[in-house]
Amino acid sequence: MPDAPLEHPDQRRQPREGGEPPAPVPPPPAYEPILLRNIGIPDSHLLKTALSRGAYQGLKKAQAMAPEAVIEEVKKSGLRGRGGAGFPTGNKWSFVPKDKWPHYLIVNADESEPGTFKDRALIENDPHLLIEGTLIGAHALGAEVSYIYIRGEMVLGAKRLEAALAEARAAGLLGNRQIHVHRGAGAYICGEETGLLESLEGKRGYPRLKPPFPALVGAFGKPTVVNNVETLANLPAIFDKGVAWYRTIGTEKSPGPKIFCVSGHVRRPGNYEKPLGYPLEKLIYEDAGGLRPGRTLKALIPGGSSMPVLRADEVQGLTMDYEAVQARGSLLGSAGVIVMDDSTCMVRCLLNISRFYAHESCGQCTPCREGSTWLAKILGRIEAGQGEGGDLELLLDICDNIAGKTICPFGEATAWPVQSFVKRFRDDFAAHITQHRCPQRPAAVAASAR
Amino acid sequence: MAAFSPQALAEFQLILGRYPTKRAATLPTLHLAQREFGWISPEVMAYVAGLLELPPIKVYEVVTFYTMFHQKPVGRHVIEACATLPCALNGAEALLEHVEKRIGIRAGETTKDGRFTLKKAECMAACGGGPCLQVNGDYHEGMTPEKFDRLVAELA
Ligand SMILES: Cc1cc2nc3c(=O)[nH]c(=O)nc-3n(C[C@H](O)[C@H](O)[C@H](O)COP(=O)(O)O)c2cc1C
Ligand code: FES
Repeated sequence: MPDAPLEHPDQRRQPREGGEPPAPVPPPPAYEPILLRNIGIPDSHLLKTALSRGAYQGLKKAQAMAPEAVIEEVKKSGLRGRGGAGFPTGNKWSFVPKDKWPHYLIVNADESEPGTFKDRALIENDPHLLIEGTLIGAHALGAEVSYIYIRGEMVLGAKRLEAALAEARAAGLLGNRQIHVHRGAGAYICGEETGLLESLEGKRGYPRLKPPFPALVGAFGKPTVVNNVETLANLPAIFDKGVAWYRTIGTEKSPGPKIFCVSGHVRRPGNYEKPLGYPLEKLIYEDAGGLRPGRTLKALIPGGSSMPVLRADEVQGLTMDYEAVQARGSLLGSAGVIVMDDSTCMVRCLLNISRFYAHESCGQCTPCREGSTWLAKILGRIEAGQGEGGDLELLLDICDNIAGKTICPFGEATAWPVQSFVKRFRDDFAAHITQHRCPQRPAAVAASAR
Repeated sequence: MAAFSPQALAEFQLILGRYPTKRAATLPTLHLAQREFGWISPEVMAYVAGLLELPPIKVYEVVTFYTMFHQKPVGRHVIEACATLPCALNGAEALLEHVEKRIGIRAGETTKDGRFTLKKAECMAACGGGPCLQVNGDYHEGMTPEKFDRLVAELA
């Protein structure tokens, strides 16, 4: 059924087998989505639908401005990169030198941070929004050629983009610019921007040493900007409706809308677009339908699985913006909100996360390649009831030898979950070691766990 | 000798036109080769290297880095089951066990009759619909053992 229209991700939920029926849907919130506004509309991926909904108006206005003025507008909008680091987009664009050509704009559509599923929803359901945003960026940067680096697994997404590009080209919307879809082939590290550039050039996705930064030496040795899908999807509205309007959304330091991907132990997981600074408790308990009956919150990862985990008591009153999440000891990252209730074994969760990073380490840097495997092995031992005194110190020691000692921030992505889980749920880990089993589960089940 | 059909060769020429270097066409050409030949044998790697005017090692190191390139023949239907945390919180482990039992192989294996290959996958950007799996590249979200059984029955 690859070409059937997709449901709104919010409506895609099935009642869990044997579980409770989903809670009644609360009245529609006052906030009107900007990024997800076309999702759920029939044939939202087609040009005629997009045009009937006002697509390419922002592009027209941006194209009437000089490239420098476009960059200034984006700076004024306060838009920050939605790929994970939150770097101001306009500033990033202004680093591209004017005396070295050609310039490339690369769209990072590799979305693979566990807990993140917003870019895929945008690409499959509203490819013209991304194309419009890309064209605005390409105009600002003077990029004649842009590439959309899309995860290899997103077969439907790539098809929809190709089809939408063909429509846009035929309608003359691309002018003399080229946008090509470049499919990845299964490697988390290719989401890291320099790993992505290597992959685009036809090599293994080994991240590059920085500096030089891509703005100076990027794709094919030329000045390059890499932007996330959601970042670019913000541009059409900024130019169509203006910076003043845009800045009424979100907070002073974190302006604009944000798609929060809620997964795990909630009744209605899905994508929820809200202004930055939105209260987490509203997101979990109202939008996502709350926890399963009789359950309480145990832990939450606010920004995709590589960001530090927080305890339930630490997220009380939390607002979802870059500053507030950082103040609580984690980061907003990709806004993949992973919810864990009180039935969750934290050792098992961390083992799952650590296996992911061990599997995905590109193998370039020794501390990360070896360390990520050791972490997963030791955690596997603890989870199987064979932990030893000193294991937790050993885990933390290995983390200290990975974080900050690698070419790219994958090292931190490997270390932060371990450091934060052990710090914030130390008793859970200690109990597994001293009792030689998971206190929450019978010994037999623990032994058979894979 | 492995060789592209005329149609695939035409597609290859289009691919080349998108990049300033021939080497950049490596991933798309390998995707094309996998579609044509089903998997990437050493012979196919050598053929692709010839097309791209690269030493075969440059193609080999790419094929062995990315999980989507099959280095062995695969079944008619490739099932990739997500086992990463968000899906695991919603039953991915039990689902994978069911899948293994239902089709009679472990993750990483191909059935003797060549019908199925099963792979354990990492997060596929569908966590809101977990547990999820892909069959031949199509997403199936909100999976349950019952739904899986119905799905399998449709796959010849
Ligand atoms: C290990 C790792 C994985 C990453 N994965 C992604 C990804 O899948 N998608 C993405 O947009 N950014 C990802 N990033 C961030 C990119 O390196 C880069 O910061 C981003 O694409 C910049 O775009 P933005 O400024 O629009 O956010 C990743 C970073 C690291 C260190
Ligand atoms: S964890 Fe399964 S799709 Fe993300």
